[in-house]
Amino acid sequence: MASISESQTQRGLSSWFGRGGKPMKPSTREAWFGYLLASPWIIGFIVFTVGPMLASLVIGMYRTDFLTETTFVGLKWYQNVLRDSLVRKALINTAIFSFTVVPINTALALLIAVMLNQGIRLQSFWRTVYYLPSVVSGVAVSLLWKWLYQPDIGLLNSILGPILRPYGIDPPRWIFSQEWALPSLIIMAFWGAGGAMLIYLAGLRGIPTSLYEAAEIDGASSFRRFFAVTLPLLTPTIFFNVVLNIIISWQVFTQALVMTRGGPNNATLTMVLHIYNTGFQNFYFGYASAQAWFLFVIVLIFVILALRSASSWVHYERV
Amino acid sequence: MATTVQTRPAVHRVEHVGSSKLTEAIYRILLYGSVVVGGVIFAIPFYWMLRTSVMPTTQVYLFPPEWWPERFEWHHFKTPFAVFPFARFFLNSTFIAAGSAVGAALSSSVVGFSFARLRFPLRDIMFVVVLATMILPEHVRLVPTYLLFVQLDWIGTYRPLIIPNWFAPAFYVFLMRQFFMTIPRELDDSAMIDGCNPIGLYWRIHMPLSLPALGVVIIFMVTSQWNDFLYPLIYIQGVSNYTVALGLRLFEGHMTNNMQALMAASILGVLPTIILFFFAQRYFVQGIVVSGVKG
Repeated sequence: MASISESQTQRGLSSWFGRGGKPMKPSTREAWFGYLLASPWIIGFIVFTVGPMLASLVIGMYRTDFLTETTFVGLKWYQNVLRDSLVRKALINTAIFSFTVVPINTALALLIAVMLNQGIRLQSFWRTVYYLPSVVSGVAVSLLWKWLYQPDIGLLNSILGPILRPYGIDPPRWIFSQEWALPSLIIMAFWGAGGAMLIYLAGLRGIPTSLYEAAEIDGASSFRRFFAVTLPLLTPTIFFNVVLNIIISWQVFTQALVMTRGGPNNATLTMVLHIYNTGFQNFYFGYASAQAWFLFVIVLIFVILALRSASSWVHYERV
Repeated sequence: MATTVQTRPAVHRVEHVGSSKLTEAIYRILLYGSVVVGGVIFAIPFYWMLRTSVMPTTQVYLFPPEWWPERFEWHHFKTPFAVFPFARFFLNSTFIAAGSAVGAALSSSVVGFSFARLRFPLRDIMFVVVLATMILPEHVRLVPTYLLFVQLDWIGTYRPLIIPNWFAPAFYVFLMRQFFMTIPRELDDSAMIDGCNPIGLYWRIHMPLSLPALGVVIIFMVTSQWNDFLYPLIYIQGVSNYTVALGLRLFEGHMTNNMQALMAASILGVLPTIILFFFAQRYFVQGIVVSGVKG
């Protein structure tokens, strides 16, 4: 760094940084431009990422609503997080959500991608059909699914009812039932599998056909070709997606607030919803901060576990 | 796993398992059957949304539900605009999405260029940090950034929703950098010989060549801002400042007995992203390929 701050002028724009008459070394000049052009990220990283993360740790030691009250409480909130039964409930709900949605969505996306990659007609049409649901999201989709899950006249039960009722089974009451509310949010998440499907489809196209021909000459069945050629070559893509989806799924919020408000009886209370409630509804910003750090650490643990598992199943050999 | 890719010794019989005409036909039928059935399942929620929005009130709440409207009532699409300033909500959402997208595209492209092309100390460490922040659950920043915006007196304005995106969001930096890596270095050399400094090099050569990647950033940013709910919920005050997402939620509270109007409003709410998708499908696919496959 020292060599840069002592650097000298060359010509043109680099004279901004110069102090003397001697020309600046080209590499130093390049470095200055490098920092200049990277500065939006550097500033943003300090102001909107590192700063807030550290501030969050400190805010977590206060009892504060940011207006009337600010009292230092030490590690009280951090200890509370571990004891609070609502936090535990939110943690379990979010974990169930993540651990079902991530693997099932990955498998579903792979399955659809492989099916669409079999040289079927109208491939781009079907690709759009499967992908479109993942383009729309947010409140409108939550309202739509709330309507689909309507127990009496909703779409789902109008299909399930006639099938189940002859056996004396009533279809579930979905988001209105304590047992089915969380599964409802999970099933709804499958509708968004198209996003990952598109990525896998692109990955499948990148696999050289020569490998399949070789496998075919060797007498590998299509089943075996999938597990010996396709899947291993796709593992880097799968891995990248799984990691991203772990993080995204732990942040589930909109559906839980719009469709069920976390209910019934906290059956769909998720971590982010609980953080939102604690901070922005009940104005315990310190406690919300402590919970956010708790969530951060949990997600970090799962991401690290995923990263460490990579060497045993991700195939990084370039062909 | 690695070894399974290698070609095995040629002792196996050359035999096409399942290559007879009959099994091939059965396979194709099953394949098409699954694709169609799956496609119908994925499309049905959209159908149900449309079907509900045009049904007469007397028919929507029938038990058991009916699949086809006995007549089409389009006036439900007017209700949202009559009850709330929905046109205003669209304008607000557009403003936030556009402001964020332009800033995100410019900043992440400049930063991505710097990481891809210029050499400076700590560059590679910084890029690893960019990758690390991509996998950061952002809610750990929720409360402190709120405090920051309280201090700046930005609450109730759109600034907290737009301005953070002007500082090169990590995902887009990654995307732009990956794109710039594919531009041949010979172009740099010829521009440098012509006396371009790095800014000129970016502006005259790389930026014009990266328009497709900029398109990807803009489209991703617009869709994610359009669909966002949590941040507008926290920062926006006053109904006339609401985004479409907030407006829909508000509308729901007032329209519990008018499912047609609610579904009509939801259709209008998702329509811009769907239209954007159809016009820019190429960019969607490209962005996903760059970000997902090469990751």
